[in-house]
Amino acid sequence: MDFTLSKEHEMARTLFRDFAQQQVKPLAREVDEIEVFPRGTVEKMQKLGFLGIPIPKEYGGQGCDTLTYVLCIEELSKVCGTTGVIVSAHTSLCCDPIKNFGTPEQKEKYLRPLVTGKKLGAFGLTEPNAGTDASGQQTKAVLDGDEYILNGSKIFITNGKEADIYIIFAMTDKSKGTKGISAFIVEKGTPGFTFGTKEKKMGIRGSATYELIFTECRIPKENLLGQEGKGFGYAMQTLDGGRIGIAAQALGLAAGALETTIAYVKERKQFGKSLSKFQNTQFQIANMATKVEAARLLVYKAAIAKETQKKYSMDAAMAKLYAAEVASEVTNLAVQLHGGYGYTREYDVERMMRDAKITEIYEGTSEVQRMVISGGLL
Amino acid sequence: MGFENNKGIFIFVQQVDNRITNVSFELIGKGKELAADLGTEVTAVLLGYKVKPLADELAAYGADKVILVDDPALEIYTTEAYTHGMYSVIEKYNPEIVLYGATAIGRDLAPRVSARVHTGLTADCTKLEIDSETKYLRMTRPAFGGNIMATILCPNFRPQMATVRPGVMQKLKKIEGAKANLEEFNPGFEKNHKYVEVLEVIKKPSTKIDIQEANILVSGGRGVGSKENFALLEELANTIGGTISSSRASVDAGWQDKEVQVGQTGKTVRPHVYFAIGISGAIQHLAGMEESDVIIAINKDPYAPIFDVADYGVVGDLNKIVPILTEKIKAEMIAKDNW
Amino acid sequence: MKIIVCIKQVPDTNEVKLDPVTGTLIRDGVPSIINPDDKAGLEAALRLKDELGAEVTVISMGPPQAEAVIREAFAMGADKGYLVTDRAFGGADTWATSSTLAAAIKNLEYDLVITGRQAIDGDTAQVGPQIAEHLDIANISYAEDIKVEGEYVIVKRQYEDRYHIIKAKMPCLITALAELNEPRYMTPGGIFDAYREKKITVWGRNDITIDDSNIGLKGSPTKVAQSFPKSVKASGQVVSFDSEESATFIIDKLKEKFIF
Repeated sequence: MDFTLSKEHEMARTLFRDFAQQQVKPLAREVDEIEVFPRGTVEKMQKLGFLGIPIPKEYGGQGCDTLTYVLCIEELSKVCGTTGVIVSAHTSLCCDPIKNFGTPEQKEKYLRPLVTGKKLGAFGLTEPNAGTDASGQQTKAVLDGDEYILNGSKIFITNGKEADIYIIFAMTDKSKGTKGISAFIVEKGTPGFTFGTKEKKMGIRGSATYELIFTECRIPKENLLGQEGKGFGYAMQTLDGGRIGIAAQALGLAAGALETTIAYVKERKQFGKSLSKFQNTQFQIANMATKVEAARLLVYKAAIAKETQKKYSMDAAMAKLYAAEVASEVTNLAVQLHGGYGYTREYDVERMMRDAKITEIYEGTSEVQRMVISGGLL
Repeated sequence: MGFENNKGIFIFVQQVDNRITNVSFELIGKGKELAADLGTEVTAVLLGYKVKPLADELAAYGADKVILVDDPALEIYTTEAYTHGMYSVIEKYNPEIVLYGATAIGRDLAPRVSARVHTGLTADCTKLEIDSETKYLRMTRPAFGGNIMATILCPNFRPQMATVRPGVMQKLKKIEGAKANLEEFNPGFEKNHKYVEVLEVIKKPSTKIDIQEANILVSGGRGVGSKENFALLEELANTIGGTISSSRASVDAGWQDKEVQVGQTGKTVRPHVYFAIGISGAIQHLAGMEESDVIIAINKDPYAPIFDVADYGVVGDLNKIVPILTEKIKAEMIAKDNW
Repeated sequence: MKIIVCIKQVPDTNEVKLDPVTGTLIRDGVPSIINPDDKAGLEAALRLKDELGAEVTVISMGPPQAEAVIREAFAMGADKGYLVTDRAFGGADTWATSSTLAAAIKNLEYDLVITGRQAIDGDTAQVGPQIAEHLDIANISYAEDIKVEGEYVIVKRQYEDRYHIIKAKMPCLITALAELNEPRYMTPGGIFDAYREKKITVWGRNDITIDDSNIGLKGSPTKVAQSFPKSVKASGQVVSFDSEESATFIIDKLKEKFIF
């Protein structure tokens, strides 16, 4: 067992760190403050191939592995949680299912532009009445000649309105329950596909979270992803991968808050000495660092499991559960160690704490992760 | 050692537009000191075109002898023509030591000459002295961004060559009316494949001095208190020949331009002297200035982190200390009219 | 067109430690990077490649671990990489370094050699011009802009108060300033290719033609007599006097430091 990163992974981390520090960090505060989608950053990442990291070269991707992808999201999220989730939703939830379940034609038509930087992707599963219980899908798709007609709506969709290509789940046969759910590739601009309200959120405020509305939306039959009726399985499998991305985002937020706090307590002086000289600070930092490291090991292990194991649901669920809880806890402690300044928007830890909370909720709440984990054990 | 034939200290005289660059006089001054230790003379080597009238000025600053290489090929500085000139002078006269200013010209010319002559070259020296036993030239220079000082010798090759940072050595007091002991020499300049063509000379507009090029920076932070109060710092800067710079706080407060901001989000500077006045010393600021040769901090907070990097720190009220300091420096300057 | 770029691996920090016994630098544990001026030179070469279709070869002299900077250059888009490494080359000053690199470059074909102006660990700015001398080609230092026109390069060359626009026939050598450009990032796939697809050619003592007297410590005309940390900084002096005394204190220190 070897816990060291390979040289290529180390170099990739350096790349992601440099990019995050130089290009993403300077914008993080503004992205949060005015709730603006960082389009410029996305375009830079598209040019550099950051939006196709674990996708094989034959589809135009970078041909790297899931661990490299995780390192990217970790480093981005250290400085900006919003940027981290944009990459995660695009890659794990849109590129990955097309790669896994798409036809050669679909890969050429949709995956290639997604990973070569021309298009951005999103994923629509959640509905007002189908959150944790995703089986309660009410969006319907009815085959009519060469087209499916979609009706219904999706909520809380990351990269909504900003994305060009959407993976949408809908009931093709309600009588079959989850076995009646199918997945579709839907392009922005398709008549009948519109966007509802944009959510105003506590954190990751630059991430565009929209309601998607389908009204007699006709899509070509060949945009069915995989087989009819297998959508629920695809969704669950896709979310297993997505959870690794979110776990990496949570890890990044925690690690970023830790780094920021270490620098702060060394600089900040009270009672004539720097905060780092007080035992309370030392012990808190030790606890935070230990938890971040434990989260990191779980997240990296899940990333490697995705490459090497047929099933990695439990690895992904554990990684996300733990990393998300560590993110909330560590960012909270980071604010505490910053004192009054930490509660102001002058200091990044305030934003990190708000950003962290969502990682315990989306792509399966912590309770869902516990269900997945215990389900595999009991 | 077999170097008995290598005699004298030669100074490469940098002239641009037929005006001698100050560092050349400084090198003559230093050269005179070294020459005294070695019992030898200082020779200024003047390259250019129609530059003969400059020779007496070199004598006025202490050159015992001037070698003039005057040729149309030397009108505008190009590497090959000047290398050939210096190389030929060295071959003919066998100096023991050759010094160049560490300028954009000196740092281009000296390495090329050293490679052609096959001798060592020490860059950007801040200290030169003669070893009392071996009589070698001890050349001391900062390395690693100034964190390390290294003393370099060139025992087995001659001449011993160094480029020297401008502003570090002292020029001598000018002797008005001095006449040069002049020797003219032209090795011939035949164009070959190493010659380049200068298509155009573009002079930089002389706007505000770039803080990254300033030798002395007088930098003010939040503690200065107001835009008006920066006048105290400007007075000090003017007196000591320094330039105003600032911390981020003073820029954010609108007291100073972004252009003069030092620090992570501003510029990284490495002046000879950095006055940090009313600057507490946030990490971001320190990152931009901690490589300065000498840091002098004035701050009323004894716990300000700036004191951790300052060479000399004074705890006190800048409003009182700075004007007194300025007056005292003025007095020193008058006492020493050579400034 | 064939372009050779010389790159040096340097420590990415100012936290330099000295070995108290040997007086040499301890580089262990300090992250290493491509020297910034060299990276600008590499970027300039890659832009010429994008524009005109050049082959970009990087060459680095250093210990075996310097291969990392060649991998990084690969990940940015360099085509070929040579690592010149041998114990015999160790301890070289700028003269021996430049003669060794020049000997290696003589093994290759080139139209243009680009080096950085200077390395951040040495700041000498000597190796570029010296390589040019050993190769017997023209050098243009301090390039802020590089254009290729036929068999000529047109370079904007920086001085303190002016620029020269210089035209030189290739082959020639250019030293690049970090201000020349903003070097591109690597790409993730480029990094994987750099380690898994591209090969570095390693050249030792016997792969280049050069006399023993011109390499390594023995071939170095300059010798380090002594190196020492600039100690004043570590223990700065902080005083608390009245204003008059404070001003006098500062003046005395300025005098000590020969400020005037």
